[in-house]
Amino acid sequence: MDVLKKVPVREQDPQVRAANFEEVCLGYDQEEAMCEASRCINCRNAQCVKGCPVAIDIPGFISKVKAGDIEAAYQVISESSALPAVCGRVCPQETQCEGKCIRGIKGEPISIGKLERFVADWARENGVVPEGCKEKNGKKVAVIGSGPAGLTCAGDLAKMGYDVTIFEALHEPGGVLVYGIPEFRLPKKAVVAKEIENVKSLGVKIETNVVIGKSITIDQLIEEEGFEAIFIGSGAGLPKFMGIPGENSNGVFSANEYLTRSNLMKSFDPDSNTPIMRGKKVAVVGGGNVAMDAARTALRLGAEVHIVYRRSEEELPARVEEVHHAKEEGIIFDLLTNPTEILADDKGWVTGMKCIRMELGAPDESGRRRPVVIPDSEFEMELDCVIMSLGTSPNPLISSTTEGLEVNKWKCIVADEANGKTTKEGVYAGGDAVTGAATVILAMGAGKAAAKGIDEYLKNK
Amino acid sequence: MYKIVKAKELTANIYLMDVVAPRVAKYCEPGQFVIVRMGEDGERIPLTICDYDREAGTITIVFQCVGASTKMMASLQEGDSFHDVVGPLGCPSDLVKEDPESLKNKKILFVAGGVGTAPVYPQVKWLHERGVDADVIMGSKTKDLLILEKEMEAVAGNLYVTTDDGSYGRSGMVTQVIKDLVAEGHQYDVCIAIGPMIMMKFVCLLTKELNLPTVVSLNPIMVDGTGMCGACRVTVGGKVKFACVDGPEFDGHQVNFDEAMRRQTMYRTQEGRAMLKLEEGDTHHGGCGNCQ
Repeated sequence: MDVLKKVPVREQDPQVRAANFEEVCLGYDQEEAMCEASRCINCRNAQCVKGCPVAIDIPGFISKVKAGDIEAAYQVISESSALPAVCGRVCPQETQCEGKCIRGIKGEPISIGKLERFVADWARENGVVPEGCKEKNGKKVAVIGSGPAGLTCAGDLAKMGYDVTIFEALHEPGGVLVYGIPEFRLPKKAVVAKEIENVKSLGVKIETNVVIGKSITIDQLIEEEGFEAIFIGSGAGLPKFMGIPGENSNGVFSANEYLTRSNLMKSFDPDSNTPIMRGKKVAVVGGGNVAMDAARTALRLGAEVHIVYRRSEEELPARVEEVHHAKEEGIIFDLLTNPTEILADDKGWVTGMKCIRMELGAPDESGRRRPVVIPDSEFEMELDCVIMSLGTSPNPLISSTTEGLEVNKWKCIVADEANGKTTKEGVYAGGDAVTGAATVILAMGAGKAAAKGIDEYLKNK
Repeated sequence: MYKIVKAKELTANIYLMDVVAPRVAKYCEPGQFVIVRMGEDGERIPLTICDYDREAGTITIVFQCVGASTKMMASLQEGDSFHDVVGPLGCPSDLVKEDPESLKNKKILFVAGGVGTAPVYPQVKWLHERGVDADVIMGSKTKDLLILEKEMEAVAGNLYVTTDDGSYGRSGMVTQVIKDLVAEGHQYDVCIAIGPMIMMKFVCLLTKELNLPTVVSLNPIMVDGTGMCGACRVTVGGKVKFACVDGPEFDGHQVNFDEAMRRQTMYRTQEGRAMLKLEEGDTHHGGCGNCQ
C-alpha cells in the first residue's frame, strides 16, 4: 500500500445510484479499516483532536482499530460523541480533523471520518451500546429539539446523572438528521434511529409532537413541570425565499419543504401517503449542502436537475465531496447565474425561470468575490419545478414567547459560546438556533458545551 | 398514541371525533389548529380545533373526506387512536385577545360555509361564554350537509341558516344572506368568514363594498405547521405570509384568493390517484392512462 494515500472507500456506481435512494458510500470493512488505521502515526500533540468540535480522542480510537479491538475503539469515541455513525457520514472532516492531520501535509490525511463510521457501524451491528451513568441525581432538565445539538446535550447530561426529557415538535426525533439530510447520505432507520436509541438507552426520554412556544412555553416548563434547567437546540428551520416575481407559483418549493416531504414523510417511495412533485426539469437555486441534497433528491425522482448559483464553483459553500458526488450523478451546474423571475402559465404552474449572468467583482465582507450582474445577459430556462435553497434562519416561536431571552438582529438566540448560557437564568442554547444554519458537528459541540454549563449551574444552584 | 373517545358521522362525508390530547387541550384557544397523523406512515393533516375540554384533556376535531388520507381516517372508531396529534398551532383568533367588555359593544357577524362551521363554532361559543352574542350565518349546499346546527343555535345570537338549493332555511348563497341582513337594517362592525376558499373570496368582495372589515381563516396545504416548509405561503396585502404561523386568520380584504386557490390544487393529480388506488385497490390497472 501507498502510505501517502487513503485506502479508497467503496461507493455505489454513480449511474446506478442516480436512480435509487440507497446509501452512496458503502464504507470500509474491517480489513480496510485496520489498513487505513495503520497509516496513523499517533502524534503526541494530535492536531486532529483540536480540529474536532467535540474533541474525540482520535489517535486513541484509531490505535484500537489498528489493534483490531473495535469495541474498545467505540467506547473511546462514545466518551465524546453520541452520534458517531452520523458524524462519520456528514461531518466536513476535510476542514476539521482531517484538515489538521499531519499525514495530510505530505500526501492524503488519515480517513478519520470513514474510520469513525466503520467503528460506529460495527458497534451497531454487534449490539454494543455506550456506557451510561449508574447514579441518577433526580434533577430534571428539558431539552428543546432532538437534532444533533439536543441529542448531544441530552446524552451528556444523562451520563452525568440528570433526568432529561427532550421535546420534539415533529412526530419523529432527529431534527435535521431526519427531515433534512437524505436517505442516500444518512440512512434513517439503520443509522439515525439506532443512534437515537443509544441516547435513549442512557435514560433520556423523548416526547414528540410538542411545539415549545405553542403547546407549552419555556416558563411553563420551569414553573409547572419542574424543570430546573432548559437547553434550546431548536435549530434554524425557517426557509428563505428570493422575493422575486412568480415565487408563489405552483411548482416552487423551499428546499425544506421538498426535503421534508422526501425524507421525513418518505414521499420518495411511490407508496407513501404524502405526495411530492416529481418534476421533469428542476432548478435548485443555491450552492450549499442543502442545495446538493435537494438536487440529488430531485434527480433520483426522475428529473433533469440544474444547480443555479450566482457565484462560481470555487465559492460553492457545499462540501467538495457533495459537489463531486452531484456531478458524478449528472447534476448540471449553471454557475454565475442568478434568477430574476419565475414564469408560469395561466393556471399558475411553473414554465420557466428568467435568469441573468453574473461575473465576479471585488471581495465582499465574507471574503468571497462579489457577484456582479452582466448587463443585457438575461435569458430564460424552461422548467417545471424550482427549489429555493437559500439558507434558513432560526424559528422565532420560542424566542417570541420567552420573556428575557435575548435574540440578535438575525433572530438567533444570544448565548455564550463557552457554556451555552443565554440572557435568561437557567436557560441555555446552542446549535443553529444560536449560530444560524451551520453543521451537525458544530451543533453537537455546542450541545456538549451547554451540558457542561448546565451541570455547573445546577451544581452551584 | 392519542385515543379517540368519541367518533360520529355528522353527515355524509363529515366526521366528528373527540381525541385525548392533554397538551393541546390545556392551552389551545379558538382559531388554532392541530396536525394529526393516522398511522406510522400517515400524512400530516391540519385540522381546526372545533372544541376542547381542558379538564378531560380532549379536543374535538371535525373533518371532511377530501382525499385518501381523510377517507382512511373516517374509518377510525371510538377506542382507536391517532398515531400523532400536535398543537395547538397557529395564532389564536384576534377576538380572544380583545377585552370581553369592549366586545359586548361590537356587532359581530360570523359566516360559516360547509365544514367551515367547525372552526366558527368555538369562537361563537367563546364569545357566548363571555356574554357576547354574535350573529351567525351558516350555509351549505343542501339540507343534508348541514352540521352542528343545534350546537350553534345554543351559542349564537341570531342564527341564519341557508342552503344553496333552498332545501332548508333561507335559499341561496351566504353572500345573499349578508346582503339581505344589511338591507333589513342590520349593522355589523366585523365579519368573520370561514369556509371554502371560493366562499371566503366572494364574501370578501361583498364586504369590501359594504365597508365591513372581514377576517378569514385559511386552510392551505401544510407539512410541518411550524413555519418550517413554506408550503402554506399566501400573499396578504402584497406580502408573503406563512398561514401556519402568521395565520391562519388574516384580513380577508388583503388576501390574494386567486393565488391561494391555485396553490390548493398543487397535488390534485397525486391525490386523485391515491384516492383511486384506495377505492379500486388492485382492480385499478391504470385505466386512467396516468398511472406509473
